[in-house]
Amino acid sequence: MNFTLEIWRQFDREAGGEFETHKVTGIDPESSFLEMLDLLNAKLGRERKRQVAFESDCREGICGTCSLVIDGYPQGPKQVTACQIYMRDFVDGATIKVEPFRNNSFPVVRDLVVDRSALDRVIQAGGYISTTTGPQPDPNSMPISPAVQKEAFDAAICIGCGACVAACPNGSAMLFTGAKVKHLNLLPQGQPERETRAVNMVEQMDAEGFGGCTNYGECARVCPQEISLDVIGMLNREYRRGQLAEKPADRAPMTTQ
Amino acid sequence: MIELDAKIPDGPIDSKWRTWLDSHGLVGPRNRPSRSVIVIGTGLAGASCAASLGAQGFKVKSFCFQDTPRRAHSIAAQGGINAAKDYANEGDSIQRLFYDTIKGGDFRSREANVWRLAELSANIIDQAVAQGVPFNREYGGSLATRSFGGVLVQRTFYARGQTGQQLLLGAYSALERQVKVGNVEVFSRHEMLDVVMVDGQARGVIIRNLETGAIERFAADAVVLASGGYTNVYYLSTNAMGSNVTATWRAHKRGALFANPCYTQIHPTCIPQSGDYQSKLTLMSESLRNDGRVWVPRKPNEDRPPSEIPDAERFYFLEERYPSFGNLAPRDIASRAAKHVCDDGLGVGGTGRGVYLDFRDAIAEQGRDAIAGKYGNLFDMYERITGDHPYETPMMIYPAPHYAMGGLWVDYELQTTLEGLFAIGEANFSDHGANRLGASALMQALADGYFIAPHTVTNYLAGDLEPASTEDSAFDRIQDDVEEHLQRLIDVDGTTVAQEFHREMGLVMLDKCGMSRDADGLREAIAELRRIRADFWSDVRVDPGVAELNQSLEYANRVSDFLELGELMCFDALRREESCGGHFREEHQTDDGEALRDDDDFAKVTAWDYRGEEDEPVPYDEGLAFENVQLATRSYK
Ligand SMILES: Cc1cc2nc3c(=O)[nH]c(=O)nc-3n(C[C@H](O)[C@H](O)[C@H](O)COP(=O)(O)OP(=O)(O)OC[C@H]3O[C@@H](n4cnc5c(N)ncnc54)[C@H](O)[C@@H]3O)c2cc1C
Ligand code: FES
Repeated sequence: MNFTLEIWRQFDREAGGEFETHKVTGIDPESSFLEMLDLLNAKLGRERKRQVAFESDCREGICGTCSLVIDGYPQGPKQVTACQIYMRDFVDGATIKVEPFRNNSFPVVRDLVVDRSALDRVIQAGGYISTTTGPQPDPNSMPISPAVQKEAFDAAICIGCGACVAACPNGSAMLFTGAKVKHLNLLPQGQPERETRAVNMVEQMDAEGFGGCTNYGECARVCPQEISLDVIGMLNREYRRGQLAEKPADRAPMTTQ
Repeated sequence: MIELDAKIPDGPIDSKWRTWLDSHGLVGPRNRPSRSVIVIGTGLAGASCAASLGAQGFKVKSFCFQDTPRRAHSIAAQGGINAAKDYANEGDSIQRLFYDTIKGGDFRSREANVWRLAELSANIIDQAVAQGVPFNREYGGSLATRSFGGVLVQRTFYARGQTGQQLLLGAYSALERQVKVGNVEVFSRHEMLDVVMVDGQARGVIIRNLETGAIERFAADAVVLASGGYTNVYYLSTNAMGSNVTATWRAHKRGALFANPCYTQIHPTCIPQSGDYQSKLTLMSESLRNDGRVWVPRKPNEDRPPSEIPDAERFYFLEERYPSFGNLAPRDIASRAAKHVCDDGLGVGGTGRGVYLDFRDAIAEQGRDAIAGKYGNLFDMYERITGDHPYETPMMIYPAPHYAMGGLWVDYELQTTLEGLFAIGEANFSDHGANRLGASALMQALADGYFIAPHTVTNYLAGDLEPASTEDSAFDRIQDDVEEHLQRLIDVDGTTVAQEFHREMGLVMLDKCGMSRDADGLREAIAELRRIRADFWSDVRVDPGVAELNQSLEYANRVSDFLELGELMCFDALRREESCGGHFREEHQTDDGEALRDDDDFAKVTAWDYRGEEDEPVPYDEGLAFENVQLATRSYK
């Protein structure tokens, strides 16, 4: 198969960027989209031209590293990760547009590589259960019904790729944050911090410059893990609940916890 | 002459770790903030270790080359994690997990380490559940378990087919919490390129900031390598694209001995390769062998679709050859069996390098929903890649490189032969002998990271240590070396990208140092690797520009280390004149084709000392004493 690629090239955070056109020929329909980009880079290497920067690691849809906008769709048109797109999914001879995720909170670092560290900081604000390493109760002393486990699990499978943010006209990270809040707030282990978790995470989301949710639903439509919009409903409820609850007095910082 | 002292505590095996814990050195809570530790890697081992040391109050710097710690390769682990909890009431115990692991490793691991691993296994599950890891549950709400290969009990805990993801997100959340608390600083997109020794102690690292390309120095009181395994030496493997050997290899070149490099695991159930363009292979979890039956047609060149082949004409080769373990035979054995039937011309699929993994009977017995509940995401993944539906037609699978049992030599305290340099998780060689059992890597990575290294590193920090400083001249020297190596790569100014050399070396490794090996082939492999290395250094293409984001430089730098490692693996495989676990020497097999060990000469660990790019490495042996198990021929029949 042969394709024409229009690829975003940008030297670094400060530089402006532009689309560059490249032809790739003799592509096996069974090869993946990223393998096609490998071939393009091999060709650029032979021609002593600068190779295209793009990220991937697991190449099987679980690590959340790959992050391309393909023909306008974050992670491509199939609601899977970019690494799970195969060239058999395209028409021979097609022109394909390849861009980085676009969002103010995800600055472009080079070409197709963006900085998504804002999502780590949202987790730092409360996306955990505050326990430390050491003796813990036997898990069976706190039974969890398979139904609750399943619901929590369906939210916990978020891979943190950020496609939801890239798809949202407001650049909102509510699906990402909602998924973590739902996972933890449904479980018995997550109850002690339930009142503060959503509030702290939402505040951090705002501080990072992510937008608000106005129910476009684009995030769930592109999410490769099929995380449901319900998590946003839950985030909103938990946030309100947290605001109503009295804020516990600030504790003195502890060095050892 | 190097003495390999494993520092195993005296006393009966079941009290060694307790004895060690009761007598190790401590650092008081008020002094901990003045002690610092560098942890390289944020996979299960690194994230759990950094979070635990941070929680104790030490100052930790944590590094990974991905854009966030949560994407470490551990995220991809599917099937599960072992623990001797005996929830299934089968009489499971620490003793049994210990024995299964020693036997599974073909009697080539250290008893004391393996016992400790089994002993700590239950705590890991408790820790993970406390963090909110949503393991699968039974109807009554208790934790569910299933079986993995090489054992007769159900001791594997799982979170659908995404156990590694959930465990890593647990460890990552603990890590991020320590970032918030202020005890851990995380440096993503930072790659360690060398370790710095000052007066015989590891006192820091040289790091390349992968975004800016800046070469940076970091000093600390101790350095922990949790940088994962080296299976990408085969190019095509189930490992993530970025998994590499650089951190451990550079430490090796500075004097850390590398143990059992030839012990690598080829996993039986992966999606077969479909073409030359392919960049990686996808694992289909071993847990599928709980319900899937492995077979090939009895007739060579069979052209009927699988569903039309009657039972009598199907060769269920694992069930026939290994009646008591059947489809759950350990990985090394299952992989070789698949290779043999394909060598005999019975393989299926376009390349003839495939066998069926069939769920027909399980779906008939348990119903489609039950099977979907256990393996749904794996079936979807398979369908996405191949276009076939495993609910309707059997999967096609073939063995693929998967895991490295070898790694940096460490003593009981997980310290390498370099003082102050520790290695944990897949990066060390410690617990799996010549073959790892399924669901034991997650267990080991987390035992090392949560429960062992935090204590052994503390013990080290309790000793007399001068304050570390990046001003020391040793940092100048090592930084110069690192910069020179990178510049050398750029200066080649060739026209072939590193991936092509990597692919070429991978073929050599798989063919000659893969599922089966022989002396002639290994010698040929060494010669071929040297030729590829020479070609690499005369024609590799790297974009110019060290001081910027440069993925071609990152990749070529890693491949330059793989090329050297490959040679060491062949030397190790040549020297080990026996077959054991994943190391199968054609010259050493029983009449019916099983591995033939030589316990008199090879019941030992071989750890190699690096002697320069052109010189042969020198082996040192650590004898393995078996006091608690009887050396036996490993049988799964
Ligand atoms: C597809 C697949 C499925 C698996 N399934 C299972 C399973 O079901 N059960 C089981 O027990 N095991 C399984 N395994 C094995 C298991 O996942 C790994 O052995 C384990 O996760 C390794 O963890 P780790 O922490 O040692 O290393 P990794 O998770 O590989 O982490 C390595 C870390 O080191 C960092 N790093 C490496 N080099 C450098 C450097 N130079 N500078 C800075 N950082 C560096 C990386 O960024 C990363 O953070 C599976 C493996 C694969 C490939
Ligand atoms: S590379 Fe891991 S999800 Fe795409």
